Amino acid sequence: MSTLLAIVTGCLYAAGIYMMLRRSLFKLILGLGFLSHGANLMIFTVGGLTRGRAPIIEAGETVPLQPTADPLPQALILTAIVIGFAVAAYSLALFHRVNQTFGSDDPDELRVHDQ
Amino acid sequence: MSNILLVLPLLIPLATAAASLLAWRWTSLQRVFAVTGAVALLGSGIALLAMVWREGICVTQAGDWPAPFGITLVADVFSAVMVVLAGIVGLATVIFSLGSIDRMREAFGYYPLVHALLLGVCGAFLTGDLFNLYVWFEVMLMASFVLLALGGERPQLYGSIKYVTLNLVSSAMFLAAIGILYGIAGTLNMADLAVRLNGLDNPALITAIGMLFFVAFGIKAAVFPLFFWLPASYHTPPGAISALFAGLLTKVGVYSLIRVFTLIFVQEASYTHLLILVVSGLTMVTGVLGAVAQQEFRRVLSFHIVSQIGYMTMGLGLAGLASSSTLARLALAGSIFYIMHHIIVKTNLFFVSSVARRLCGTFELKRQGGLYATQPLLTLLFLIPAFSLAGMPPLSGFFAKLSLIKAGLAAEEYVISATALAVGLLTLFSMTKIWAEAFWKPLPASSEQDAQPLTTSQRKLLFVPIGCLAVLTLCIGLGAEPVFSVATRAADQLLERDEYIRAVLEPTP
Repeated sequence: MSTLLAIVTGCLYAAGIYMMLRRSLFKLILGLGFLSHGANLMIFTVGGLTRGRAPIIEAGETVPLQPTADPLPQALILTAIVIGFAVAAYSLALFHRVNQTFGSDDPDELRVHDQ
Repeated sequence: MSNILLVLPLLIPLATAAASLLAWRWTSLQRVFAVTGAVALLGSGIALLAMVWREGICVTQAGDWPAPFGITLVADVFSAVMVVLAGIVGLATVIFSLGSIDRMREAFGYYPLVHALLLGVCGAFLTGDLFNLYVWFEVMLMASFVLLALGGERPQLYGSIKYVTLNLVSSAMFLAAIGILYGIAGTLNMADLAVRLNGLDNPALITAIGMLFFVAFGIKAAVFPLFFWLPASYHTPPGAISALFAGLLTKVGVYSLIRVFTLIFVQEASYTHLLILVVSGLTMVTGVLGAVAQQEFRRVLSFHIVSQIGYMTMGLGLAGLASSSTLARLALAGSIFYIMHHIIVKTNLFFVSSVARRLCGTFELKRQGGLYATQPLLTLLFLIPAFSLAGMPPLSGFFAKLSLIKAGLAAEEYVISATALAVGLLTLFSMTKIWAEAFWKPLPASSEQDAQPLTTSQRKLLFVPIGCLAVLTLCIGLGAEPVFSVATRAADQLLERDEYIRAVLEPTP
């Protein structure tokens, strides 16, 4: 399972970087999204995968009796997803504004305005 | 008592931002909140520094969860000093904004954003947990993204794209590094990490993760070769905003670098810290050479930020390679002193550039002029930070460079010491260029109709923060000894890792 997830993470990174190198701002934003999802999946994978054991302590016990899944990576990812959501909203708004102002989404064509 | 003081630098900007948002329609009320909040933040920072100075490292656990499990807030002298500096820059910027930010920006949440930025910055300085540091970075970044693009002028939008992209790449890398580190060590509490990584027998793997952190923080700190976003974006927003960015944002990156490379990643210092030292030298040189080629006031200053970052990381590199603890202390104290001096001076120079833009109608040095004849006070207030930046005695920059170069020579790292000296000279060259173009030569006739004279009230609002920061620069220079003793104490605490680890992990009675 973790091999598969590692490959998926790699693909997400590759797709993200490829998209960022395209000459289009919209694809740049998609690429950034892929990159952050790749990082999230990576946290999930390297945090260790334990299936079907929720970290819930039985009634009457003080510690879990069997090894359980580590809930922390999921908490980290959840936080990162929320932040990623806000960032995506901002970058889409910025993209919309740039498109409105410059009438183009090719980064090279914006350069003339850099003075 | 200690809990309150550690949390106040976070609560005050948060409360100010929230209150200003509630007062969305009443700009004058927002102004009152903004100034009050900034004064309170500075006050709480000074109180925190006083407490840390008296009692040593102060720790509070959020929600009373014991250390490696809960979120820890830690203040040692270094972080307390940084909070005080954030308070100073925040207050100066808010006052400067009162006289320079236009009504449209004020109406669209300028003041709440400034305080949200300060919240993120102070959070990054005070946290003792790596993931929490990531969250504070994001708070700071979101606020800076909006501040940078607020107003939506063409250069601003163009600068924002680069700024946003590179900072998000850096965040993704930071997050990935955190994930791998958690996979290896099973903790993200910085003190706990320092303990557990010592027990691992695979230093190469830890160094690789350390390098991921180096790249992530290096982008934020704008070191060579990751600095391109900085000169591409810092000259685009209004003067007050770029002064706030110039003073604080890259320094959060430098702070994080110093924190993780003195506390966590010290296993293979001969490799990691040598790399930091080499990168420092290259950062200094490329920054200062970039500045020579520029003809726009704020772009010159932006490239100088890059060059100065090199000095700050130089002390870190020297400290890691140092053969004795005295030498490491001297180098690290030099770095911390440099950060203190730089934050004040750089903010002030950006303020001056903004006033010059107002009086000459442009940031282009070629079309500026005549400020020496018409504005003798501004000229004086420019000369103090400019000479300080170049490292003229008896101003603050001289002592900052002196201690670093002394440490470099003592460590027998002659190349970096010579580089630091040469770069200081070139900095002076850039400052004389600004002096000759903006202050000395007469104002070109073509610029005369663009010039906007200042009203008396604006003059006060713009000159008071510039004057206060210039006086502070003089104080740091003339009273270098006590300030340097603060830096030395901060360096001591950074090098005494056990003290930090004990303070965080052992519950206080």
